[in-house]
Formats: sequence, structure tokens, C-alpha cells
Amino acid sequence: MKLTVNGTSHEINVEPEMPLLWVLRDELDLPGTKFGCGIAQCGAYTVHVDGTAVRSCVTPVGSVSGVVTTIEGLGTPATLHAVQAAWVERQVAQCGYCQSGQIMSAAALLKTNPAPTDADIDEAMSGNLCRCGAYPRIRAAVHDAAKRIRGA
Amino acid sequence: MGKLATIARRAFLIGSAAVAGGVAFGVYKVKQVAPNPLLDDLPQGATALTPHVRIDGQGVTLITPRAEMGQGNHTTLAALVAEELDVAWDSIRVEHGPPGAAYYNRALVQHNVPFADLDHGNAAEAMRGALGVMAKLMPMQITGGSSSIEDLFDRMRIAGAAARFALVAAAAQKLGLPAAQLKTENGSVLAPDGRRLTYLELAPAAAAIDLPASPPLKPREQWRYLGKSMPRVDMVAKCTGTATFGIDVRLPDMVFATVRMNPAIGARLVSFDATAAKAMRGVLNVVDLRGGIAVIADNTWRAFQAAQAVQCNWAGPGYPASTTAMMDSIVASMSEENRDSRLRDDGSVDKSLAEGTRLEAEYRVPFLAHATMEPMNAVAFLHDGQLDIWAGVQNPTAARDQAAKIAGLDATKVRLHTTLMGGGFGRRLESDYVVQAVKLAVAMAGKPVKMTWRREEDMTLDFYRPAAVAHFRGTTAAKQVLALDVQVASPSVAESNLGRLGLPALGPDKLIIEGAFDQPYAIANYRATAYRTPAGRPVSYARSVGNSYNGFFIESFIDELAAQAGADPMNMRLALLSHEPSRKVLSAVAAKSGWGQQLAAGRGRGVAFHMCRGVPVAQVIEITTSKQGVKIDKVFVAVDVGTALDPRNIEAQQQSGVIFGLSAALYGEITFAKGAANQTNFDSYQVLRIQQAPQIVVEVLESGGTIRGVGETGVPPAAPALANAIFNATGKRIRELPLSKHIDFV
Ligand code: FES
Repeated sequence: MKLTVNGTSHEINVEPEMPLLWVLRDELDLPGTKFGCGIAQCGAYTVHVDGTAVRSCVTPVGSVSGVVTTIEGLGTPATLHAVQAAWVERQVAQCGYCQSGQIMSAAALLKTNPAPTDADIDEAMSGNLCRCGAYPRIRAAVHDAAKRIRGA
Repeated sequence: MGKLATIARRAFLIGSAAVAGGVAFGVYKVKQVAPNPLLDDLPQGATALTPHVRIDGQGVTLITPRAEMGQGNHTTLAALVAEELDVAWDSIRVEHGPPGAAYYNRALVQHNVPFADLDHGNAAEAMRGALGVMAKLMPMQITGGSSSIEDLFDRMRIAGAAARFALVAAAAQKLGLPAAQLKTENGSVLAPDGRRLTYLELAPAAAAIDLPASPPLKPREQWRYLGKSMPRVDMVAKCTGTATFGIDVRLPDMVFATVRMNPAIGARLVSFDATAAKAMRGVLNVVDLRGGIAVIADNTWRAFQAAQAVQCNWAGPGYPASTTAMMDSIVASMSEENRDSRLRDDGSVDKSLAEGTRLEAEYRVPFLAHATMEPMNAVAFLHDGQLDIWAGVQNPTAARDQAAKIAGLDATKVRLHTTLMGGGFGRRLESDYVVQAVKLAVAMAGKPVKMTWRREEDMTLDFYRPAAVAHFRGTTAAKQVLALDVQVASPSVAESNLGRLGLPALGPDKLIIEGAFDQPYAIANYRATAYRTPAGRPVSYARSVGNSYNGFFIESFIDELAAQAGADPMNMRLALLSHEPSRKVLSAVAAKSGWGQQLAAGRGRGVAFHMCRGVPVAQVIEITTSKQGVKIDKVFVAVDVGTALDPRNIEAQQQSGVIFGLSAALYGEITFAKGAANQTNFDSYQVLRIQQAPQIVVEVLESGGTIRGVGETGVPPAAPALANAIFNATGKRIRELPLSKHIDFV
């Protein structure tokens, strides 16, 4: 089957029920998207399909018809996405393991809501766990990123 | 320099000659010389002037030999070297480096003496001295106990200063000028006439210079990196998905594996049938691991699916198998024969317990999972008589040695590459998952094997923070505490962990009672007794270890005594604190939180103070109660680390500690049936989510004195400050965690 990830089309030969997460990580060697729980409880696996946040660990690859964007496709160290730039400026990451998912959730939120309130942020980000407790900075960085995007 | 140092230098010179100009710099006094581990594996063209500084064609790499699992220690440790070496911050690269005796952790071993951190009496100091020597003889490169900064504050600055000394001396030779006339600036040596030699070009010659044992270090006024909030060296990678955690390591021709072990950890696998699993797509091998099986496949998910398809017949455990039985054994161990220590016995407790108004209470906390975001995993590759391992470990020397044993190799044939870690919290002090990966690498010799646990294995095969029970008796008179008698019973994590390392746990386990016996409260009659519950299900270290429960116990009970005495809980603590920096953090948090000002109806606040790893921390938590339950509004924190090396990171660590402590306070609980945990994933083992995360305001104080670490210190006061706030708002005293068993949260 065909799968478009970060602008590149791939021909993949896997069971359609294999979760998108494991196609990305093991078949396409895109390890930025993380495995955390396998049951849509932690958010570390968050990617975009056609711009919408999706839980790749419970999404069978066979059901994906849109284009996939992972953290690697959102921005790069040399060309940071506005959300990533805000994250770096606020020094959000601690262990960093949850942050790909946090950033993908935040980027999806800001696409539909360019000026979220704290409550909007809490709702949109409630599926993304952070065991390091970076939540206060995540909230602040989402506000910063919104400002960056509005100002751009 | 003496003989040892000369030998070490020569060994290094041979190394550097062989690699044509490559150089590594760390500095040890003559008696302390440990081989520079960088020299074993120095790439072409690289120089290792000390165990902490490697210079090669690409520039300067600083070796920060402690686990980076979120604490930001790679950044602060790199700043210690960079400050003295004088290199530009954005030019450096930072690596964990190989396991090595040179990277032993003295501070951690010294923390484990059975004395309070503030006790500087002769006996305490003598034991610390002896243990400091032991840490070197038995060099364990451990990350834990908030010890990295305290342990390496001097050593890494000396490494930077000594390397700089050698580079300047090399430049002096080249230029024919006295070293005193030369200056350094951002990775170059400058001559008065404007000539500039880079560290890169000087490194090979610098390698031939004898290093000073105690080079002069910059006074604080001249610091340009230390004391400042530095951009973390791992931040951009972690925000772009380009940071490599153990789980992300990828090698050509790699195969993917997972395990399924008896969930009653340590119990046997009686029999298994892997017929169906072996027929599944992509499955390459099923390995008997004794106590469980592993499946090796061409994709991790396929390995997961196949492992579940193996029919396993598990034996029951040889220890108490239910939560009730485990808790009963802890309560039953509160007897003289299980007495482990009495590390405090001030005044005459028995006599004063008969005076004043008396209060007794029992407190309990459950077993806790570490639940790091990154599940346990390791990559192992046996090839050409050598074993390569990539894993996130907090004790790399132990992991390497155990791996060598399993593979039947000499430790020098094992290369352990310590990766970034998606959380540690003490879980990665254990090497069980590394050992498993090595067994699979042996079974699949010639192919790199990545072994990944599902979350279900991560949660159920954990070595939990043990449950604990405390009995308190106290008396009050004239609005003050007259007597405090605390007895704590818990299984010993040191005994359990050291047993797995094949080491005896001699003497009392301070961890059982840490945080209860050592608080700087000047209570005239104060006694603390620890009881060691006979070993049951294996347990291990967790973030702040004994402090994580003793903080809840003691700070809740002090609050109860204040209520009984009719005293303000803040003022009573302030009057009891004999240690000036501790009084200051408590006063600071009182001022910041507006303690004493009236709160609206339905709101409440609670305070807790705790001294952990020598760091005083005070927290005030404000809550709002409603029909739906308790909402945590705001947390005020004041902390004193002696000298604040990176204020913004200290703030992050305190916020992290508060959230971690609140997760345990609200929800954390592992229960058992047949020796297996009932909680298997984040649906049944809840942790705090963003909508419950309060605003957290942190004030960092600096009393000077010994520099201390902050990784754990925010954890212990969070639960009692919250429980005390709930009492303040509702009159309900909760003596058991998790609090959600007794009250709802929104
Ligand atoms: S930064 Fe570690 S889990 Fe979020």
C-alpha cells in the first residue's frame, strides 16, 4: 500500500492492521514519533493526518487515507516550526520523550484556534501525558506559539 | 606528578600518537588517578586531555558522565567544564561517554551514611570519609540521589581548568612566550601581539603536558555560564524529534524483540507453547528467558502480537501475593526483631509522651510504579567477539558488568553506549532490561537486537517504590510540640537492589527512615525508629526514595499536632526550625503565598516543609473545593540549593517534582493479585494531566555553602502540603495515599 509521510510517498508492505506508529518507527525509520502506551492514553504517538492530530498507536495503517506529518516533517533544527521555536525559547523539554507528541498536538490546536485560552489548551492537550511535569511551560509555550503565528 | 600520573599520561600519549593527533583532558590527584576511559576508544584524530574533555577535528566535546533523564544535568555539567575551559557555548558538543571508574559517584555513596545530611559531627564525617574512599575502590558510576551536581561541581571545573592549563602551556611552547602572558577566549589562546591559536591545533601538543592536580578555579564573580540560565544542550533535538533515546537506536539489519515475563516478578515459567506465535508473520525466534519468553521479529509490533500469542503457564510467587498480605507483613514487621535503626533519639521521649496532650495516628502509602514515559528497552549487538549495547541506564558500570557476565565476555569487550532517557526516576538503576537484551543478542549473534517492552510489561515488571506504614505518637503543650515519636516500617530497597547486584547490604538502611529522622526541627523529645520488613516482592529506588513517603508522614502529622495545639501550622514550624536556611525558605514561601491572608469560602491552603539531600524546600498549596471535588489552584515553592547554577532549570525541576509528587498523592497506587500488579497501563495507573496541573511559582534562594542537587527535592512536600490544604478547607484529615481513595479531585 502507499503512504505519504512528510511529503514523501512510500510503498509499504505490511498488514493493514499494523498501527501507523509502528510503520513510521520500524518500517520507515522515523523515530521522532514515540511509543508510550499502545492504547491511546499518553499522546506520545501524536501525528497529523491531513493536518488533524491522530493517535498513531491505535490507528491501523490501512485506515489512513490522508497525508501524514510527523514531528520530523513539522520543522527541523535549522527551520523550526513556530511551535518548536516557542518550545525552545521557553525551554519546555525535560526528558523530552513526550515532547514530539505535545508539539504535534499544540500545532494541530493552533491551526483551528489561533488564540486559545488556558482552558482550550488544557482540553486540546489533555491526551498528552508528561511524566516530567513540564505542563506549566507547555501552557506558556502554546500561548507564545499562538502569538508567533498570529504575528507572522 | 608522581609515578601513577606519569604512567597514565604515557598510556595516553601512546594512544594519541597511534591516532595521529587526536587529544582527552579530567584531572586526578596523584593518589586518585583512574584510567581515562576515553583513551580506550579514541577515534582517529581525537585527543582526550582528561576524562571530561575530548578534542577532535570537529571541535570540543565535553563528557558529562551522568544519566540525562530530564534533569538538565548534561547542560549544567557541561557548563562546569566550559566555564573553566573557556569555550563558546554554542560550539560545544556534549556526550554521556563510556562507563568508567573515573566517573565514580562519591557524593551518592556519602549520602547513604546513616546520619542526617546536616550532621557534621565526627562520627558522621569519619564515615563519609571512609565511604568516599570506597566509592573509588568500588567505582559505581551512578546517577541518583540528586547527587550529580554536588559530586561533580569541583571535579568537572577542575577538568576544564586543567585542560585549559595544558592548552595554554602548549601555546606558550609554540609561541616561545611565558604562559602568564597568554589569555584564552572562546576556544583559542591569544598572544599579546594578537596571534591566535585554536584549541584544535594545540590539542596534540597539550596532550604531552603534565596536568596540574589543583588548578586555580574562577571566583564566582567571573562566572559567565554558571549562575546563569543556559539554553539546554538537548533542547532543540528534543523539540524536533531528532534526539536519540534508547528506543530510537537503529542499526543496519536490526531485528526487533519484546519479552513476556511472569508478572509475579521473579517467579517461574512452568511451561509454554509458542507454536502459534512462531507461525505468525515476521517472527524469527522465540527464546526461553527462564521466568518468561522473548519473541524476536522483523518489526516491534509483530513481536508484541506474537508474544501475546504464546501460551504461558506461570508459577505463583514465593512472597506474599496480595496487597492485603503485603501490607499486613509491613504492619507485622513493626517489632523489636525487625528494628533496623534508631537514628534519632533526642530528649526523653517516653517521659514526655506521658505529659501534655497526646495524639496518635497511623499513616500508610502504597507501592508505586516509576512509569517513565519511555518504556524499558535496550539494543544489544554481539559481533566479532565484542558486545555493543545502547541503553538508557543510571548505573552503566553495573549494567556493563552484568552484560559481560551474560555474554561470557571480559568487561573490556563490552561497549555500553548510554543514550538519553525518557525519564528514569530510579527505575533505570536496575539492569534487568539490559540483561534481557543481551540474552537475545547472544541468541541472535551477528544481528543487532532492539528489545522494547510494551507499557504493560513496563508497569507490571517494575521494581516498585515500596509501600510503607508509620505510627506516630506526639504530645503538645503551650501551642508547641513537646514530643514526637515516629516509627516507620517498609521493605528495604537497598537490600533488594544490592542483592540483585550480588552485594551485601550491611548495616541499617537509612532510606527506610530518611526524611523522618533528619528533619531540622528542634523538637526537644524526638525519636525515629525504622523497621525493615522481611523481603517480599522485589522493590527499588524511586525519586526521593524514603523521603517520598516520610515527607507525607511527618509533615501531615506535624500539621495534626499544630491543629491539636491550636497553633498556626506555618508559625509553629517556623518556631521549630533550628536551621537558618530552612527558616528562610519557609519564610519566603509564607511571604510569597500571602500566608495568613483570608481565603474565600470553599478555598484552603496547606504548607509543608522538607529537607531532602540537604536541600530545604517549602511548599504552600492552595485549593478550591466544590461539589465536584478538590481543585489544586496554585503551588508556591521556595528552595535553597546552596548555589544556584542554573536558575531556570532549578525552576523546571521544582515544577517537575511538584507534579510528580501530586501524581502520587492523587492517584499513585499499585495493588496486587497473585503477586501481579493490577495496574497495567495509564488507564488504570493515572498520573496528572495538564488540566489538573496547577500554576507553580518557584523562588530560588542561595545560602551559599555546599552545593546541592535538585532533581528529587520538589517531590516530598507536595503530598503533605495538599493533604494539609484539604484539612484546612474541609476539616478532613487523610492519612493514606492516594488521596483520591478518600476525596474526589476535579
Ligand atoms: S518531558 Fe519527560 S515526559 Fe514530558
